[in-house]
Amino acid sequence: MLRIECPCCGPRDHDEFRYGGDASANRPAYDDPDFEAWYRYVFVRENPAGLHREYWQHVIGCRQWLVVERDTRSHAIASILFARETRA
Amino acid sequence: MRRLAIGGRIDRSQQIEFTFDGRAITGFRGDTLASALLANGVRLVGRSFKYHRPRGIYSAGPEEPNALVTLGTGGRREPNRAATTVELAEGLVAESQNRWPSLNFDAQGINGLFAPFLSAGFYYKTFMGPTRRAWMFYEHFIRKAAGLGRAGEEPDPDRYDVRHLFADVAVVGSGPAGLSAALAAGGAGARVVLIEQDFAPGGSLLSDPADAESVAWLSGMFARLAEMPNVSLMTRTTAFGAYDGNVLGLVERHGSGTADPKQGQARQTLLLLRAKSIVYASGALERPLTFANNDRPGIMLASAARVYLNRFAVLAGTRVVVATDNDSAYRAAFDLAAAGAEVTIADGRAEPIHELLEQARRRGIAVRTKSRIANALGSRSVRAVTLSEPGGPATVKCDLVAVSGGWSATVHLTSHLGVKPVYREDMRTFVPGKLGAGLFVAGAVTGGFTRGGSIEEGHRAGAEASAFCGIAKSVQQPVGLELTEIDAGSHDNSLSASLRSAPLPHFVRAHDGSHTVCPEHHRPDRSEERWFANRTRAGDEKGAKFAAGKAFADLQMDVTTQDIALAHREGYESVEHLKRYTTLGMGTDQGKTSNFHALSAMAGLRSMAVPEVGTTTFRPPYTPVAIGALAGRSIGHHYKPIRRTPMHDWHVANGAEMLEGGLWMRPWFYRASGRDVNEAYVAEMRLVREAAGLMDISTLGKIDVQGSDAAEFLDRVYVNAFAKLPVGRARYGIMLRDDGVVFDDGTTSRLGERHFFMTTSTAKAADVMSRLEFLLDTAWPDLRVSVTSVTDEWAAMSVAGPNSRDILAAAFPDLDISNEALPHMGLLEEKYRDRRLRIIRLSFSGEWAYEIYVGASLGTEVWCRLMEAGAPFGLKPYGVEALGTLRIEKGHVAGPEIDGRTTLDDLGLGRMVGKRSGYVGEVLGRRAAFSDPTRPRLVGLRGVEPGRQLHAGAILFRPGEPMQGHGLGRITSATYSPTLDVWVGLGLLARESAVEGAEIVAAYPITGQTVRARVVSPIFLDPKGERLHG
Amino acid sequence: MRGYSAFSILRNGLTGQRHWRRVWRAPDPKSAYDVVIVGGGGHGLATAFYLAENHGVRNVAVLEKGYIGGGNVGRNTTIVRSNYRLDGNTQFYEFSMKLWEGLSRSLNFNVMFSQRGFLLTANSPGEFDTFGYRANVMRLNGIDAELLDREEVRRMVPYLNFSEKALFPVHGAILQGRAGTARHDAVAWGYARAADAHGIDIIQGCEVTDFVRHGDRIVGVETTRGRIAAAKVGLAVAGHTSVLARKAGLELPIESHILQAFVTEPIKPLVHHVVAYGADHFYVSQSDKGGLVFGGGLDGYNSYAQRGNLGVVREVAEASIAMMPCISRLRILRHWGGVMDMTPDASPIICPTPVDGLYLNGGWCYGGFKATPASGWCFAHTLAKGEAHPLTAAYRLDRFRTGRTIDEAGAGPFAWLQ
Repeated sequence: MLRIECPCCGPRDHDEFRYGGDASANRPAYDDPDFEAWYRYVFVRENPAGLHREYWQHVIGCRQWLVVERDTRSHAIASILFARETRA
Repeated sequence: MRRLAIGGRIDRSQQIEFTFDGRAITGFRGDTLASALLANGVRLVGRSFKYHRPRGIYSAGPEEPNALVTLGTGGRREPNRAATTVELAEGLVAESQNRWPSLNFDAQGINGLFAPFLSAGFYYKTFMGPTRRAWMFYEHFIRKAAGLGRAGEEPDPDRYDVRHLFADVAVVGSGPAGLSAALAAGGAGARVVLIEQDFAPGGSLLSDPADAESVAWLSGMFARLAEMPNVSLMTRTTAFGAYDGNVLGLVERHGSGTADPKQGQARQTLLLLRAKSIVYASGALERPLTFANNDRPGIMLASAARVYLNRFAVLAGTRVVVATDNDSAYRAAFDLAAAGAEVTIADGRAEPIHELLEQARRRGIAVRTKSRIANALGSRSVRAVTLSEPGGPATVKCDLVAVSGGWSATVHLTSHLGVKPVYREDMRTFVPGKLGAGLFVAGAVTGGFTRGGSIEEGHRAGAEASAFCGIAKSVQQPVGLELTEIDAGSHDNSLSASLRSAPLPHFVRAHDGSHTVCPEHHRPDRSEERWFANRTRAGDEKGAKFAAGKAFADLQMDVTTQDIALAHREGYESVEHLKRYTTLGMGTDQGKTSNFHALSAMAGLRSMAVPEVGTTTFRPPYTPVAIGALAGRSIGHHYKPIRRTPMHDWHVANGAEMLEGGLWMRPWFYRASGRDVNEAYVAEMRLVREAAGLMDISTLGKIDVQGSDAAEFLDRVYVNAFAKLPVGRARYGIMLRDDGVVFDDGTTSRLGERHFFMTTSTAKAADVMSRLEFLLDTAWPDLRVSVTSVTDEWAAMSVAGPNSRDILAAAFPDLDISNEALPHMGLLEEKYRDRRLRIIRLSFSGEWAYEIYVGASLGTEVWCRLMEAGAPFGLKPYGVEALGTLRIEKGHVAGPEIDGRTTLDDLGLGRMVGKRSGYVGEVLGRRAAFSDPTRPRLVGLRGVEPGRQLHAGAILFRPGEPMQGHGLGRITSATYSPTLDVWVGLGLLARESAVEGAEIVAAYPITGQTVRARVVSPIFLDPKGERLHG
Repeated sequence: MRGYSAFSILRNGLTGQRHWRRVWRAPDPKSAYDVVIVGGGGHGLATAFYLAENHGVRNVAVLEKGYIGGGNVGRNTTIVRSNYRLDGNTQFYEFSMKLWEGLSRSLNFNVMFSQRGFLLTANSPGEFDTFGYRANVMRLNGIDAELLDREEVRRMVPYLNFSEKALFPVHGAILQGRAGTARHDAVAWGYARAADAHGIDIIQGCEVTDFVRHGDRIVGVETTRGRIAAAKVGLAVAGHTSVLARKAGLELPIESHILQAFVTEPIKPLVHHVVAYGADHFYVSQSDKGGLVFGGGLDGYNSYAQRGNLGVVREVAEASIAMMPCISRLRILRHWGGVMDMTPDASPIICPTPVDGLYLNGGWCYGGFKATPASGWCFAHTLAKGEAHPLTAAYRLDRFRTGRTIDEAGAGPFAWLQ
């Protein structure tokens, strides 16, 4: 099990969470008409073999979306923040 | 009987009756099935996988390659259990397997005659003709011959449990290192779980004679640990896998003393142990020796012979040849001799240390150096061995051969997380690689310390592990075993220390008391490895000569030295290729005894060093785990958390046929409406069209949306606008995914300026909720909006049909539900028994209809109130089948159309957007392919052949067009329309062909039917909406 | 290539197996090739074979960083089927099926293609309807397909859960009789041997570390065994496509995810078909050795670790018992994980790329094994001709830009949900 230390609820098994994918992809502003920006946000993935910033939502818990930095080779987790903090 | 009159760790006061192949046998509490069989003189226990050779008991633990039996009967049948790990219990039924007609005479033993042709991978080279499907013919027979035991086909009657455990320190293994680690960590105050796979703790110490000093040491340790409430010792518990986050998977077997669990007791419990720190003290496994016919019953590991003797008081033979390439087997030789056996040691080394030879001589044991077994004689039991010696071959008669080819550290668990083991040349074993933070190793798994060293190492690891958890308190180390004399025959401390250092005596304690790497002559001298390589090479050159005496590298998979040579010759040189080509190491024992010799042989053949060749990957589980244990209680009704609406019991009591959908149980149809679903849905449709029906819609997703930016938020997530929706009104909305494909639809009502009530489809409720939260948390944290799922808080029902207003009025006479007060898409917030009652006038069926929401606990009451008030108006309940067909008549899209591939335009809903922008999915929704003329769009289809059914899933073609390929589209939903008395359907049809009035052919090749239909508007019923507005 | 036959088995059996020779050579890399294929898995080796066999291109090297067949071709659940419904997929996978049907004989290597039938249960009426659609598409494309009702399913696979109380009762099933399994390792070895016989160099232990450029064009690769020039470079490294593509400056819509697989101890024949559960993620077949081989869904987070976690292990165990209750008593012998190239529509990418000289074969998600022959056939065509084969014309990289995605599951651009 990945053990994700939810900043709200404490350490929990990853199957309490919903995965939300790459958190390094920048979502364009809601009214941004730039096709290229949306295409890249939705489809282009760096998919690193190494540290990966990714979204997880604690669905069976506080329901907060988190940004987790995790190594995709070892699954070791380097940092966890509320997604809202990373946008502030 | 081979059982000694005294000794052992068995309880002779408790006899246990069991059967093996129908024969009633008696053993004692404390026996394993294997020890009880040996005690009763049973040597032949099974037949081998490929050649069906007779096999006996080879080990005393989970590494057992040979003695596999089937336990239990009926649904409790469990094939392939290693007899060496089965705790003897009352009523145990065991049978041998992979033999026909009997164990003694196995017809497939004939395979041995064809062995020259059945080399590794022979099947890749033949069975390819004469026809393309020829393999299917051969495969039938090969499959029958393969496999080991036969599984039952009945459901497992037993129960399994799951427990979640948390600990500061987990210690795997209760040998000297593990006990010492547990004591250190426990003494420091850490919460410790000590895990032992055996039913008795003690590890290698259990194989000491019962009068040995180690017994006192063990009981002292148990007493001290028992005083610590923070230490729990779990026996009969296997740590089968190490997973991320320091999670260990454990399986605990029940230990009530009966073969099957008692009523109400779980057979096994899966434990998920989340430990802050782990100490692996998993020990080491002895390796075999390889020689011709090294699989004969009566040949076993030297450590096993000693376990049977000292732990189970079974002398497995009276004339024993102990063959070894290292010191450790001398312990077995000495103990066997002390028990009265006539022992010969064949030591492959040129010069074993003088002290050992001296000890042996004093015990009357003949030691033959530079002597190794070339061949074993005998078939169902070993009779003699031929020794290869400098002076020429010699034959020694015997009834037991105890072998030792060195030791392999049990690195399995330490490797599960991808840490490759590293090779210790001095100890000739792979040991754990560099482990992550909080993981420690102690004892034999590190490559070999003396017992004293193991105790020291365990103590240190236990202390470090507890310190890692932030618990640091110094505890006194337990007294080591090497400090006291145990060998009455010797006064030489250094010697007795080396003898006591089993299982890995390759380190000795120097005279000054410090640990040193063993002197050259204590280490196995690679003679086994060299011999093995020579033999395989010889096999290379001499070929068939060796076929007469197979030397097995992998006993269970019947892989011989020749097979390894062949793999090498053909270029299957990587250890993974070797494994996959020869099947070496792929048996139920996962090659615990075989892998090392095979890969070192390959290293020899390739003239490479062992670490260059490497090991295959260690995969969980360490020993096989019952699938039932992994599932635990999540079987039968508990397989998934089934959801029931507040009115569930009413539906069941009133004849509803229930159907699962998205884990909800929903009324499919009511049996009063018809004999089967096809009859019932038509009746229920008529009911709604002509009178009124009541439908439970509690399963819809319900989301409460509040905040000063709630309207702005909805404007972004829906394609259509909500900002200007007046309070007290509802609106149908559609959401897209970011890629412009339709995500979900539903109705959202405005309860206040800053307060909305959203409904979603049943299927997408959780996804929509999570997506809304995602957007608020990650994309638009500046929006002041809060979303809350209230799906379970509200019971919901829909009363639909021309009589629905009268029914609602009768049920709630105090409410004003006039057209003015509650127009179409209007909303009323009222109270019912001081609880909120929310009524929205909207329709999915196309009839005048209301959705009524009330607190879940009042759901059944309001439902019954409506049923009662509605009875005079003909109100009856209807189910999801009719719901799904009513909406077809009205041209409403649902799951079959919103299939994750369709766009707004595909569904004919593009007009909902108008000139809006800034909604999710807008930009990518304009991708080129979405306006392709061949892209299908929603159409109505009306059958033109009276009585002929339209089928969902039929493929659409133009009349006269060849019916092949993917056609122009398909029917997504279809129903008989009682209103129109024709079959109607919704379909997705290429835009260029989607011309109203055109005729189309719907092909259903599975039944060979083709039906003609006309393309029409998808709204079959009341296109002007008169029924809705009255 | 020395032919394999009953005669050669007999002869070697009588002469101590002495006459077998290396199945493929172990050459040192040359300094230049017409085509370099990166990745010695099933797809790479098949591509090499068809380059020589179909196009006469023999100056080819297959570079493998480890041992051949060590990736997903050697760690999948060996299922071969062609029961796809979307235009583009249907024809491609059926072409692959046809190649499978003659594969052992074309390679002179028994890949043990066993057409034992693939049966997918429908556990709700709605699911049964969608199977009708799928079966119709298959029939109209010349593919065998049958719909079975509950009783027909019971006759075929009596050990499934036919209890009236089952949470997800069996309503019926879709059956493709020609589908089945193959011996996965043998596919890699068979293609390697046949490619080698055409003179193609299969170079193991040779990791590509970078690309060699001339202007904007890729003209070779840097490897742990030195620089190798190539007129064309084909990537067939599913699971690790992103890592290499990035070195070539190619951006992709791919994520790497873990799919686990499981095998039980060997037992006598019990499961005679490939059976998949319509209500959840579970599918099972029985290998010729006797182990039940099964799998489930993705672990669901980006990973290159080739191992999964207990959560999915337990989910798969639960689903397996829900489908076939007698499996409870059997024991898992081994479980492991493979790294999948997941695309946003769960369909593969085979095409020339915007980077001159670089060709891509990847994005196989969890469906790559069955595609191996057709993938090799079409990628060889792409490499030889510089343009897509008609059967893979839909598997273009730019389909995500244009919207011409092929999304069988309709799960949308969330790779881990596909």
